[in-house]
Amino acid sequence: MTTELKQKEEVKPELTSAEHPATKYLREERLPHIWCSGCGLGSAVTSLTNAYEKLEIPIDDIGVVSGIGCTGRAAGYFETDSYHTTHGRAIPFATGLKLSNPEMNVTVFSGDGDLFAIGGNHFIHAARRNVDMTVICVNNYNFGMTGGQFGPTTPQGATATTSPYGNYEDPFNLPDLAASAGAIYVARWTSVHARRIQQAMEEALSKRGFSFVEILSPCPTGYGRKNDLGEGIDELKSYQDRTVIKHGSDPGDAEIERDPEAEIVVGKFVEDDRPTYCDVADDYLQGQ
Amino acid sequence: MSDEAIMTGKHFMNGDEACAEGALAAGCRFFAGYPITPQSEIAERMSKRMPEVGGRFIQMEDELSSIAAVLGGSWGGSRAMTATSGPGFSLMMENIGLGMMTETPCVIANIQRGSPSTGLPTAVGQGDMMQAQWGSHGDYGVIAYAPTSPQEMFDFTVKAFNKAEQYMMPVFVMADEKIGHMRERVEIDESKVEIYPRRKPEVDPDEFKPYEPDDDLVPRMASAGEGYRVHVTGLTHNQQGYPQLDVETQQEKVGRLVDKVDKNKDDIVELDTIGIEDAEVLIVSYGMAFRTAMGAYKQAREKGIKAGIVRLVTVWPFPEDEIKEFSKQVKGIVVPEINLGQMVREVERASAGNTEVKLVPHPGGGLHEPEQILESLEALL
Repeated sequence: MTTELKQKEEVKPELTSAEHPATKYLREERLPHIWCSGCGLGSAVTSLTNAYEKLEIPIDDIGVVSGIGCTGRAAGYFETDSYHTTHGRAIPFATGLKLSNPEMNVTVFSGDGDLFAIGGNHFIHAARRNVDMTVICVNNYNFGMTGGQFGPTTPQGATATTSPYGNYEDPFNLPDLAASAGAIYVARWTSVHARRIQQAMEEALSKRGFSFVEILSPCPTGYGRKNDLGEGIDELKSYQDRTVIKHGSDPGDAEIERDPEAEIVVGKFVEDDRPTYCDVADDYLQGQ
Repeated sequence: MSDEAIMTGKHFMNGDEACAEGALAAGCRFFAGYPITPQSEIAERMSKRMPEVGGRFIQMEDELSSIAAVLGGSWGGSRAMTATSGPGFSLMMENIGLGMMTETPCVIANIQRGSPSTGLPTAVGQGDMMQAQWGSHGDYGVIAYAPTSPQEMFDFTVKAFNKAEQYMMPVFVMADEKIGHMRERVEIDESKVEIYPRRKPEVDPDEFKPYEPDDDLVPRMASAGEGYRVHVTGLTHNQQGYPQLDVETQQEKVGRLVDKVDKNKDDIVELDTIGIEDAEVLIVSYGMAFRTAMGAYKQAREKGIKAGIVRLVTVWPFPEDEIKEFSKQVKGIVVPEINLGQMVREVERASAGNTEVKLVPHPGGGLHEPEQILESLEALL
């Protein structure tokens, strides 16, 4: 460590260190990560490691499960027990992991296509059952890894490599879907809300039951470029301008329009308590 | 029922129930499944028995999630299984590949029915035999058992769990509707149930490589929460478990998935022979078709025909060395199976032109008449 760095550290120890503050939770030898410049995934990972640290969850109790896609690669960077599974099946894999080993704190970290196209059925059933896990969806409105095809969250009218005339499907409104299916915690933030994301993750991780955090991310390579949204920083600025915080509002009103001027509702929509799958099962089975 | 994990005693139960009891006796404590005929009695038995022995049963939303949960359950530290039939087996194929690639011990029982598609949901078939070996994309070795009775449903399910742990892979119990629904005496004796323990790391987490194989080509498994912080991926990976997408790593990894079964065949392959010493004609059979073949064998011997039977206990890996030797001594081999020609291809391949190989097909939905098999035997003489 250089003297200069040391001096800085003395001034602001929380901000400056020789080591990246997140490396306690990351496999350093796997870095740098594969994600594009301007992508929101890196900051989402940092928010999660910060949340783990803040909550002082023992690293060996953490299991991170991902599916397939850009976000799916996240599991590979966490220096925890980490599982990079098949496309769409992160949630059922995580269900098995949690039921088999209830001491684990299980986080599913995956993308909108993985969780809501191919994996949509598992999402609603895990929420219905209230399996104790936190699902973090980084929503970039497209299938980034495979070259920018439209997906279940692509706004109607947006251009993607498989919607050259504009996407003519209606997208899912993820907080509304999660709340309807029974999630006990539902929040949405964007990549520009780094501290809010971390706070939401802390809350979600602390809840017993199926908790859900959606993070709207820039995807300048896959989505932004085709829709004239500029660089990643421009998408962040757009989020700053477009988002309106409405805690406790009806998630049904949180649809995302393609119109770059249209309001995007963010905040905490649901914070509820309901016995988890295992709690109810054990109640029924006790004394049988 | 009993809250004992191993129900020592003599029971009258069907094959599906015996399969569930075999799993519990082998230490299975996590079951995830989805209703499908004719396996539902396995899930029903598990839903009753699993809580009694401190395990966890979950009915998932489909077969895709059932096998995914089983893989997660196995990494969570439990011996885990699912059970299904043809359509569900098809749905499980992708994650069976994940289980092979990530070397995840678990058991999948397939109670086969008439197929393809919805086929004959309530009737017997053996149409998934090739799918068991080739169903998921890519190359990997396979271990599959073919029980012929409720007793063997118990015994072979125990074997399947042990081989799954010994070779760190999903292992199949390839039964069928008749065996699943047949009710016979099943003897369970705790003192005879052997358990192959999970292959745990023997080094500290800093030194542990999740995919570094032992001399038998099989790695060791650190379950979730044990402090090893493993990374598990379906991507081609190096011994540390990290994605490494190049030809050398692909060769090392996938080559080993094939070799760990192929080079350990002497330990894995099991078959029974009857009347083989003086046999001039041979029946090669497995599963329910074997029971009919026994009738044909007896009739043949009564008529003075020197017939023999090779009954496959493990259908995969295929016992090609053994069949090759037998093929040199006989005038012909008949292969009755309840499909239109699957394992017969392996018999032909192993026989390598040494003798005539004849299929006795059945489309599914019923059984051969022993006379059909007998006629085929006679035609070879």
